[in-house]
Amino acid sequence: MTTLGDLAHARAGDKGDTSILVVAPYEREDYARLDETLRPDRVAGHFGVDASHVTIHAVPRLGAFTVVVRGRLDGGVTRSRAADPHGKTLSGHLLDLVVEG
Amino acid sequence: MSTYRIGAGSGFAGDRFEPAEILAERGDLDALVFECLAERTIGLAQQRAASSAGAGFDRLFLDRLAGVLPHLAPRTRVLTNAGAADPVGLARAVVDLLAAHPRGAGRRVAAVVGDDVTAVIPSHARITGTDLTIGDLGDRLVSANAYIGAGAAMRALENGADVVITGRMGDAALFAAPIAVHHGWDDASPDEMAAPTLVGHLLECAGQLTGGYFADGGRKVVPGLATLGFPFADVAADGVADFGKAAGTGGLISRATVLEQLLYEIDDPSRYKTPDATLDLGDVRIDEVGPDRVRVSAASAEGRPEQLKVSVGVRDGFLAVGSIAYAGRGARERAELALRIVRERWEVVHGRDPDEVRADLQGYNSLRPWHEPSGEPAEVRARLSLRTFDRRAAALLHREVEALYTNGPAGGGGADLSLKETVGIVSTFIDRDRVEPRVEMVS
Repeated sequence: MTTLGDLAHARAGDKGDTSILVVAPYEREDYARLDETLRPDRVAGHFGVDASHVTIHAVPRLGAFTVVVRGRLDGGVTRSRAADPHGKTLSGHLLDLVVEG
Repeated sequence: MSTYRIGAGSGFAGDRFEPAEILAERGDLDALVFECLAERTIGLAQQRAASSAGAGFDRLFLDRLAGVLPHLAPRTRVLTNAGAADPVGLARAVVDLLAAHPRGAGRRVAAVVGDDVTAVIPSHARITGTDLTIGDLGDRLVSANAYIGAGAAMRALENGADVVITGRMGDAALFAAPIAVHHGWDDASPDEMAAPTLVGHLLECAGQLTGGYFADGGRKVVPGLATLGFPFADVAADGVADFGKAAGTGGLISRATVLEQLLYEIDDPSRYKTPDATLDLGDVRIDEVGPDRVRVSAASAEGRPEQLKVSVGVRDGFLAVGSIAYAGRGARERAELALRIVRERWEVVHGRDPDEVRADLQGYNSLRPWHEPSGEPAEVRARLSLRTFDRRAAALLHREVEALYTNGPAGGGGADLSLKETVGIVSTFIDRDRVEPRVEMVS
């Protein structure tokens, strides 16, 4: 089973209650596979949110994506009761996503 | 115009000290910038200042400046947003520090004020993402600061300031200001501000460009993280910037470290809004041009926002956390039992809503509670957290967690209690022309 972390690296950031993750393949030829895997419904399922809370921006010339997940940070860094209020750890979670095919 | 070298001295208020000193010593810098102001910092500083419990600015900056002063070239300009809620107050403290220091003589200090828009923000201004207005916050509002552009800091430098202290300013703008002054770029022109703003965006988190927040213990290897060097940029007159770090420091600057930081915290890469330019990051080029040397080019802007973002601090009560740890056989079951006991008592004994208490198993599923954990933890920490305006409820949570020692499951140890007064941050927008940043030359 291939997971995103086998093909790509990621960095997590936040703005308010929104988690923003950068993900990029190590090898340029894996860009298309990432493009197929990073569908809003699949990412939403992985993050336990509704698909309407997820936006994926492809940045083909840079060979990267930003994955935007809204409402997953328990109110955001200044409000959250969570152990990781920034959601810095969510890059590791994203890289656990199973790559199809 | 000659190439301009600008360095990052800190990427947040709590950042390491010695990387800036090393950069000042070995970097031959034209400017050194200290980003010290997280979103909620001004609200917290305002609250401190109001309660006269401390300064309205970040006192640590004085230690940072004292540390780099022995190494700074006379021409090196220093900029920081550590002024927080009181830039003039910090500027005065800096004047005193410089006067007492053998290398401080002759350096002029300016403060940039006017980002505080508490007095001019319309009460009908809508809070982003809600149906509420600023007026609805009532006396919970503690601060409202606009993210101002580079202009005022540029005027300060043009007036001869060597040290510029600001409050809230776009993080990238703080870096863009000295670059734009050097190259004669116009802060009213988004096209001219695109390149320096992009440089600022890449430098503003300091070590995150040079291998911090990057290593993964396997494929992404970063040498010498314990001595991570902070980055500088050599910005040419055509806007092309080469990024590097001081010789002999640890860390790594590569296409991958730069790419991760380029898109860091960017929702839509084709429209990254900053006060001075709305950047399109999609066409930016990143090229490795030497060992630990990366070239970034093709910054472009599509205008700039008509309105400035305003960061609004809201009094938000207390965050109370209590936790207790379990190990070995049945650790997870015992920790789960501990969580259930506290929540049951919250309702049955104290007559409160058990759902106001968040319950997590740290070491098992606290960071992604929606995700099915795999395997049993060898040790686990039961963590209970509560957000409340009622200080007594916070104290009650602490008592309940601590009482688990003798009244809870077997083998609970290391109870840990914390209480923080918190300022929440919401945002709104204000018309650019209602905000009037200005410069106060303090020496």
